[in-house]
Amino acid sequence: MLIELKNVTHVYEHERGTRVLKNVNLEIRENEFIGLIGHTGSGKSTLAQILNGLIKPSEGNVIIDGIDITKEKVNLQRIRQKIGLVFQYPEHQLFEETVYKDIAFGPGNLELDPEDIEIRVREALELVGLNYEEFKNRSPFNLSGGQQRKVAIAGVLAMKPEVLILDEPTAGLDPQGRRQLMGLLETLYKKEGITVILISHRMEEIARLSTRVIVLCEGKVQFDDSPEKVFAEVEAIKKLSLGLPEITEILHCIKERGFDVRTDIFTIDGAVKEIVSKLRRKDIC
Amino acid sequence: MLRNINIGQYIARDSIIHKLDARIKIIITILMITALFFIDSFKGYFLFLLAVLFIIYLSQISFMRIIRGLRPVLFLVLLTLILHIFFTRGGEVIWQWRFITIEKNGLITGLFMVSRILLLIMFTSLLTLTTSPLQLTDGIESLLRPLKRFGIPASELAMMMTIALRFIPTLLEEADKIMKAQMARGADFESGNIIRRSKNLIPLLVPLFISAFRRADDLALAMESRCYHGGEGRTKLHELKVKTQDFIALFISILFSILVSFF
Amino acid sequence: MALIEIKGVDFTYNELETPALANINLSIEAGEFIAIIGGNGSGKSTLAKLLNVLLLPGSGKVLVDGMDTADEKYKLKIRQKVGMVFQNPDNQLVAARVEDDIAFGPENLGIPGPEIRKRVDQALELVGMAGFHDYPPHELSGGQKQRIAIAGIIAMEPDCIVLDEPTAMLDPKGRKEVMDTIHFLNKEKGITIIHITHFMEETIGADRIFVMHNGAIYKEGTPEEIFHSISDIKRLGLDVTVVVELAERLKKEGFNLPDVLTISELVDCLC
Ligand SMILES: Nc1ncnc2c1ncn2[C@@H]1O[C@H](COP(=O)(O)OP(=O)(O)OP(=O)(O)O)[C@@H](O)[C@H]1O
Ligand SMILES: Nc1ncnc2c1ncn2[C@@H]1O[C@H](COP(=O)(O)OP(=O)(O)OP(=O)(O)O)[C@@H](O)[C@H]1O
Ligand SMILES: [Mg+2]
Ligand SMILES: [Mg+2]
Repeated sequence: MLIELKNVTHVYEHERGTRVLKNVNLEIRENEFIGLIGHTGSGKSTLAQILNGLIKPSEGNVIIDGIDITKEKVNLQRIRQKIGLVFQYPEHQLFEETVYKDIAFGPGNLELDPEDIEIRVREALELVGLNYEEFKNRSPFNLSGGQQRKVAIAGVLAMKPEVLILDEPTAGLDPQGRRQLMGLLETLYKKEGITVILISHRMEEIARLSTRVIVLCEGKVQFDDSPEKVFAEVEAIKKLSLGLPEITEILHCIKERGFDVRTDIFTIDGAVKEIVSKLRRKDIC
Repeated sequence: MLRNINIGQYIARDSIIHKLDARIKIIITILMITALFFIDSFKGYFLFLLAVLFIIYLSQISFMRIIRGLRPVLFLVLLTLILHIFFTRGGEVIWQWRFITIEKNGLITGLFMVSRILLLIMFTSLLTLTTSPLQLTDGIESLLRPLKRFGIPASELAMMMTIALRFIPTLLEEADKIMKAQMARGADFESGNIIRRSKNLIPLLVPLFISAFRRADDLALAMESRCYHGGEGRTKLHELKVKTQDFIALFISILFSILVSFF
Repeated sequence: MALIEIKGVDFTYNELETPALANINLSIEAGEFIAIIGGNGSGKSTLAKLLNVLLLPGSGKVLVDGMDTADEKYKLKIRQKVGMVFQNPDNQLVAARVEDDIAFGPENLGIPGPEIRKRVDQALELVGMAGFHDYPPHELSGGQKQRIAIAGIIAMEPDCIVLDEPTAMLDPKGRKEVMDTIHFLNKEKGITIIHITHFMEETIGADRIFVMHNGAIYKEGTPEEIFHSISDIKRLGLDVTVVVELAERLKKEGFNLPDVLTISELVDCLC
């Protein structure tokens, strides 16, 4: 699966003609882990919906697996099954009366046997860390914010997509839920070879797993590079309403005090090693 | 795709039309719509159309926006036209083929009805496009206030109207979202003929209503948490005040509606 | 007398067998900055709704400034005193213009027009959004919308603002704007803040943190007390901040560090 955007520009019909995306060119290859960041309103969610054909861009081409989906008469259904999208607001994704029915909706459209559907629902709920028996008959609208989020993610996982786009999936999740989800994404990416596109406002999540970071600003691609390179542009990143992962920020502060530490480190383990090797241990502080 | 309907939507602009008193705008709208039903010549309709275009120009709302608002009723309009053309009798025969005849009265009545519907929709959507829902409620409430004496709950009635007005775009937005949510998980709304497509819309309905009610509920919660408790004892940031330009606007439209109905 | 007092409160949603809140007891003084953390479904939002009379306790009492929320005649008074900001900015703005939205609360309270005008302007000033009177909400960024929502509450001159994950949808800058705003309101205006969040670093500036677990207050204390029992926090599915975690790991490596909470404290001690 390969996605290619060529000169994509998008204008929402009823706005005052402001271009939400401006001339975006991207190529997404198999088994990448892409972090997509940008200020609020920079066009991330719009881009996500263009990538799986929910929005047809005003101009430009979207080519998926060699097929240009902006042309007429393309079967978008097959494409959307391969490219799963977890929406930004979980309540926009849920529509059925029970959690079971909601998650079964996608597999149902794949024309699977009822038994297979049940297996998929069960698996999906387990993957996001919800108990099948406890939740299957509850109304998705009477769940806590974080629980709704998990059900929405399960609904997309149940379709077993080849590309998984997640629009701020960890917003509203507690730290454990967040850790589980990130672990899950890591497995899907490393073991199943899935392409993951992760939109998030938490820089540490982006930095941790991404092989490539795309930064949007007012609808334009500002950076498209490895996380190390992107987060090295400290000034530019801050100007774009973004920040650094906290751990990187700490290393930057230490560096400013005149210690020669590396600043392209995004994990606590890495930072500990770096600090231990570069800083003297003081007895008194 | 469903966001084109104009009724119940508001577009903020800094125009003369936006600044008119909501009550005056409501009265003018009623006046003009009444006049519309008295017009019985193409000249009259043309004059009315010119007036509407002029108001659109003054309101700084894009013309395309108003036109797009007409799209959803196109079907209704066409149906009206066709029914009149084929079934209203009278006048000279214009065209005949076997048992189908088109007579002059049918064609004219059809065209009149179509002009009427289109102009009516354009005019009322201008009202809601240029008047914020809150102002609209205040206007309606203030106009209904004299009825309070007869035991009619004017404030609640007005609030209900506003919520209904607010509800239309909410409902459409919601339909749009659910459609997207289902499409993202493999539902098919785009292919097949009309019958097939309409059938595919059925699974949309139940969730649509559930979630529209939930949205309304969320909104009610937000309003309630900010002390909303009906119109009783509510004050206004912008007290409605009728200004000179309001009188001028009213005067002009009274003149215009008399003029146009006699054309 | 404490501003908010909760005594033996239970709450169960119709649909559930297990209660969403069980035997909650707490009291909050005027002027405090409280952070509430806890896992998904632990009852934080339910607790918040009790304070604003959007829900009534099944048993027990919720007192705001001595007034019982179950008493119908205090309902408006309490809602005026305790304002609420929700997670999704789009669902809480009621009007089509910023100014009208902020005026909505005071209008409901029956404040005279000129006074509302003054309050609207002050509130906009306070949240750093002066000059945005005329904007339609949908032309604002997420962080700006949240600040307008906060301004709408401030215009009602509340004693306390409850914020339920107000920063969840915001970019780092928007998050900082909102956090700066509520800290400012707390310090300069003496408004009590109750801040529900999943961002542990947002709780560092709080006077006290409540940790919720399975519908109960599991623990309560200053940020130092809460975050320096790392294993305890992790057992609940929560986390400590990056700074605390890093400091802890460095201590194990032989660094001699005191308990630190902020980046600058940590860096000062290291360098
Ligand atoms: N359905 C829509 N109709 C009209 N305008 C829209 C629509 N959705 C988004 N917009 C506008 O398009 C712009 C980009 O929005 P988008 O949701 O893609 O941003 P985003 O980067 O996802 O922001 P956030 O981080 O807040 O989610 C914004 O200015 C927004 O107001
Ligand atoms: N409207 C409702 N009807 C029935 N049960 C509900 C409702 N809202 C919440 N619950 C249940 O009550 C419990 C507590 O929910 P609450 O929303 O207070 O959690 P929370 O701490 O805010 O969680 P989160 O961090 O996910 O927002 C959960 O088990 C949830 O499923
Ligand atoms: Mg978005
Ligand atoms: Mg909650």
